Amino acid sequence: MEFKNPQEELERFRSRLAVAGGFVLVCFTLLFIRFVWLQIVQHDYYQTRAEDNRISLVPIVPNRGLIVDRNGEVLARNYSAYTLEITPSKTRDLEQVIDGLAGIIDIQPKDRKRFRKLLEESRNFESLPIRTRLTDEEVARFIAHRYRFPGVDIKARLFRQYPGGAFASHMLGYIGRVNDRDLEKIEEKEQDANYRGTEHFGKTGLEQHYEFDLHGGTGFEQVEVDAGGRAVRTLARTAPVAGNNLTLTVDAELQRIAELAFGDRRGALVAIEPSTGGILALVAVPNYDPNLFVDGIDTQNWRELNESPDKPMVNRALNGAYPPGSTFKPFMALGALTLGKRRAEQVISDPGFFNFGGHHFRDDKKGGHGMVDMYKSIVQSCDTYYYMLANDMGIDNISSFMGQLGLGSRTGIDIDGESEGVLPSQEWKRKRFKKPEQQKWYAGETISIGIGQGYNAYTPIQLAQATAIVANKGVVFRPHLVKFITDTRTGKRTEVEPKPTRDLGLKLEHIDVIRNAMIGVNKEGTGARAFAGAEYVSAGKTGTAQVYSLKGAEYKAGGVKKELRDHALFIAFAPAEDPKIALAILVENGGFGAQAAAPIARLVLDYYLLGKRPKAPAQPDEAAVEEDEE
Amino acid sequence: MNPGIGLGMIRNLVQRLVAPIDLPLMVIAGLLLLLAVGVMGSASPERLNAQLLNVAVALVVMRFMAQVPPQRLMHLAVPVYLVGILLLIAVALFGDVSKGARRWLNLGFMRAQPSELMKIAMPLLLAWFFQKREAMPRLRDYGIAAVLLLLPVALIARQPDLGTAILVLAAGFYVIFFAGLSWKILVGMAVAAAAAAPLAWNLLHDYQRNRIITLFDPEKDPLGKGFHIIQSTIAIGSGGIFGKGWRAGTQAQLEFIPERHTDFIFAVFSEEFGLFGNLLLLGLYAMLIGRGLMIAANAATLFSRLLAGAVTMIFFTYAFVNMGMVSGILPVVGVPLPLVSYGGTALVTLFIGIGILMSIHGNRMLVQK
Repeated sequence: MEFKNPQEELERFRSRLAVAGGFVLVCFTLLFIRFVWLQIVQHDYYQTRAEDNRISLVPIVPNRGLIVDRNGEVLARNYSAYTLEITPSKTRDLEQVIDGLAGIIDIQPKDRKRFRKLLEESRNFESLPIRTRLTDEEVARFIAHRYRFPGVDIKARLFRQYPGGAFASHMLGYIGRVNDRDLEKIEEKEQDANYRGTEHFGKTGLEQHYEFDLHGGTGFEQVEVDAGGRAVRTLARTAPVAGNNLTLTVDAELQRIAELAFGDRRGALVAIEPSTGGILALVAVPNYDPNLFVDGIDTQNWRELNESPDKPMVNRALNGAYPPGSTFKPFMALGALTLGKRRAEQVISDPGFFNFGGHHFRDDKKGGHGMVDMYKSIVQSCDTYYYMLANDMGIDNISSFMGQLGLGSRTGIDIDGESEGVLPSQEWKRKRFKKPEQQKWYAGETISIGIGQGYNAYTPIQLAQATAIVANKGVVFRPHLVKFITDTRTGKRTEVEPKPTRDLGLKLEHIDVIRNAMIGVNKEGTGARAFAGAEYVSAGKTGTAQVYSLKGAEYKAGGVKKELRDHALFIAFAPAEDPKIALAILVENGGFGAQAAAPIARLVLDYYLLGKRPKAPAQPDEAAVEEDEE
Repeated sequence: MNPGIGLGMIRNLVQRLVAPIDLPLMVIAGLLLLLAVGVMGSASPERLNAQLLNVAVALVVMRFMAQVPPQRLMHLAVPVYLVGILLLIAVALFGDVSKGARRWLNLGFMRAQPSELMKIAMPLLLAWFFQKREAMPRLRDYGIAAVLLLLPVALIARQPDLGTAILVLAAGFYVIFFAGLSWKILVGMAVAAAAAAPLAWNLLHDYQRNRIITLFDPEKDPLGKGFHIIQSTIAIGSGGIFGKGWRAGTQAQLEFIPERHTDFIFAVFSEEFGLFGNLLLLGLYAMLIGRGLMIAANAATLFSRLLAGAVTMIFFTYAFVNMGMVSGILPVVGVPLPLVSYGGTALVTLFIGIGILMSIHGNRMLVQK
C-alpha cells in the first residue's frame, strides 16, 4: 500500500484548486462575453424588441356615419356596449377559459357556437367577442376575476343599430363581420391601414355602397402593454375621425306608409322625384331585420330567412325582374310617336283580336274595343292596338327606344348588385340561346312584346325610372338614395347627384299626348276607382303581368294557385302638370293591377302630395275586378 | 445595575456570537444579500418581507453551522446521506406531484424536498469517504464514490428535476476531482460522456429535450417554450451598459419576464443595472468563490479541504448555470441565482454551505497544531 505524503498531497490538492479557480474564471469570462454581446453589440436590436414588446399601437375604430332620411330621421345609428372578448393567441386552452368564464358570466351554447364560427373566420391576432352587450353587473363581476383570465378582456364597442328594425332594410342593408371578400375590397381601395381594428363591413344596401364614406378615419393609441397584452397606460393618442353621415333623398314617413300599404303581400315600390332622380321611397317586401346580422346571425334565423318561400332576403325593387304588362303601353305609344310610327289621332279598328300568320292574339275584351285611337288605347288598355303597333315598329325599334328609357339596363342606383332585367331584341336572343333555331327572332314574338309580355322583364326601379323620365319630359337623372354626404369634421356637404345625366330630346307634344292619356286612366280608365275623389291630377297606368300561360283558357283569379296568380303593376306620376313624384308598384301574384297595385299608389300619393295618412293598409279593391283590363 | 458591567457583558456576548463568523465571507455574502433585496424590491416588492424572513432564518442557520466543528460534520456524513437516500426513495413512492414532477414529500407537518438535502449531504459523504481512505485512493475507491454519487442523482433525475440532479452531480464530482482522480480518467470520462450523449438524449423527458431544442432556436416557438428565453435575453440586451434603472425595466415591470422573482431574477437585475451591474455581480461571486477556495487551500484535514472545495464550487455551479440559462447559453433548468432568487430552501442550503466554510476556516489550525 502506498502511503501518502501529506505535503505532496496538499500540493496536488492546491493545484486542483487552481484548476478549479481557472475554470471558474473561464466560465465567468464566457458569461461576461455573452453579456457584452447582448448588452453592447446587440443592444439596439434588443432595445427595439423591448420597445415593440412594450408599446402596442392600438387602433381606435371610428364611429360609423349615421344614415338619416331627408328630414333628419335616423335610420342607422351606433350605440356603445360592453363586450367580453378573448384573444385566442394569448390563451392556452380556449375551452377551459370559456368554461371558466361561464362560471361568472352567462354564456349560452349559442354564444359558444358563434364564437367558434368567428374563430374559424378570424384573422390571426384579433380579439373575438364571446359575449356582447354585458350588463354593468356582469362587467363588475368579470373585472373582479380578471386576473384569472389572461388574454380575456372587456371592451367598449360601438354597435350598429337600425332603430326601425325591418323597416327599409333592403335599402339600408346591414353590416357584418369583415370576411375575406371584404378584405380584398379594402386592399383594392388601399384602406388596409385605416381598417386596422375594424371588425364590421357593409354587406348590402347603402351600408355596402357607401362603406368607405361611412367608415371614417381610424385613430391610434400608443399604449404600454404588459405581457398579458393589457394596456397599462397610454403614451400618445391620435383621435379617430367619425365616418361621414348620409342624408337620404328618401322620405322615411312616405317609405313607412308605402311599406304598410303592402300589408303582408310581396312586392316592391319605387318612388322617384322626377326633377332630381332622388328616390323618395324604395320598398321591397317582405323584408328582414338587419339588426340580426350585426353580431353575426345565428343559424336558426339564417335558415328561416333563407328557406322562407317568400324570399325576404331578395330586394325585389332592384333584383326582381317582372314582365311589365300593360304599364309598358304608354312607353310603346311614346316610342311610336317619337319614331313616327303612329299619330295620336290615328284610329284602328279592334275586332277583339289581332291576326298574325293565322294565329289570333286575343284582346281581353270579347268583341274588342271598337275604334281605338292612342288616348283610348291607353285609357282602356287595348291590347289589339299594341299588337298591331309592335308589329309595325319591329323588335329592334322597340328595344332601342325602351333602352333609352333605361329599361333592360342598370339604373346606376347607389346600391350594389342591381339586376339588368331583360330588354328583348334580336341581338339579345342571339346571345341568350345556344341552339341556332332558338337564336332566331321570330316576328310573331314581337307581337306580345307590345303589351309588355313575352321576353320582357324589368325591375321595379327600371319601371319607376322610365316613368320619372316621361314625367320629367325626357331629362334623365340617375336614380339615387343619398342626397348629400356630410363630412362630420368640417360639416361640408357633398351633393351626390346635382346634374342630369342626359336629355333624350323627346318632343313635348308627344309627351303631352302620353300624359293626357295617363291622366285619363286615373280619371275614366282602369285607375279611376283607385283615384276617385283625389284632390290632385295624377297620371297612371295599370298593368297585370302573366306569370302562367293559360293557353287560351279563361283566367279566374280565385281558381288559380296563389303563386301562379298574375302580378299586379301600376305606374304613376303626380301632379300631372308639374310632377313631384313618379312611382312604380309591383304586387307579386296580386292579381289585377287596378285592384292590387293602384290603391297603394293612391295612399302614397295622398300622403306625399297632401300629407294625408292612411288608417289601414291598402285593401285590394274587389269591385275593380268587374272593370278588368286585358 | 452598573451599566459598565452590562455593557461588558453585552460586548462579550456579541464577541462570542461573532467569533466563528469569517468577516470576508460575511461581507461578500452581505453585499450579495443587499443586492438581492434591491432586486426583489423591483421584481416582486410584495415578496420582500417574506424573503427578509428567509434571510434571517438562513443567517441563524449559518451561524449555527459555523460553530459545528468539521469532526462533528464527519460523524454526521453517513447518517445524513442515508436519510437523504431513504427520503428520495420515499418521494419516488409516495411523493406529491407538483407541476408534473414528483419532488415533494408530505411529512404531515411540512412538505420537504429531500433532493435539496442531497446538495450538502453528497459532498459531505464523499469527503468523509475519501478521508477514511488513509492511503492514496485507488481506482476502486473512485468507483465506489461514483456509485454513491450516481444513486441519488439518478433518483433526483427521475423525479424529474434536472436542475437539482445536475447540482448534486456537480457537488459530488467536485469532491472526486479534488480528491485527485487522475486526468487520464477525467479525459476518458469526458470522451465517454460525449459518446454517450445520444443515448442520454433518448433517456431525457420530452420537456427536457424541448428545453435543449429551445436553447438553440428559441424563436421557433415564441409564445410557447421559447418565450422564457426570448424575453429574458431581450431584458438583458435592452439593459445595455448602464441599465434602465431600478424599477424602470419595462420587461420586468410589465411582466414579460417569467418567473422573475425566482429563476429569472437575473434578467430583472441585468435589465435594470446593465453590464456594470452584471460585472459587479460576477465580481462578488468570484470573490465569494475565491475566498472559499482559499479556505479550502488552508483547511486542516483532507475532509475539510474536499468539503470546502466542493461547497465553494457549488456556488459557482449555481451562479454559472443560472446566469448561463437566463442569458441563453445554457438550457433552462430549475437552478436559482445563489443568494438572490426568492425562496427559503435554496437560501438555507447555501448558507449552510457558507456556515460550513466558516467552520472549516475557524478550525484550520487546530489539527495542524
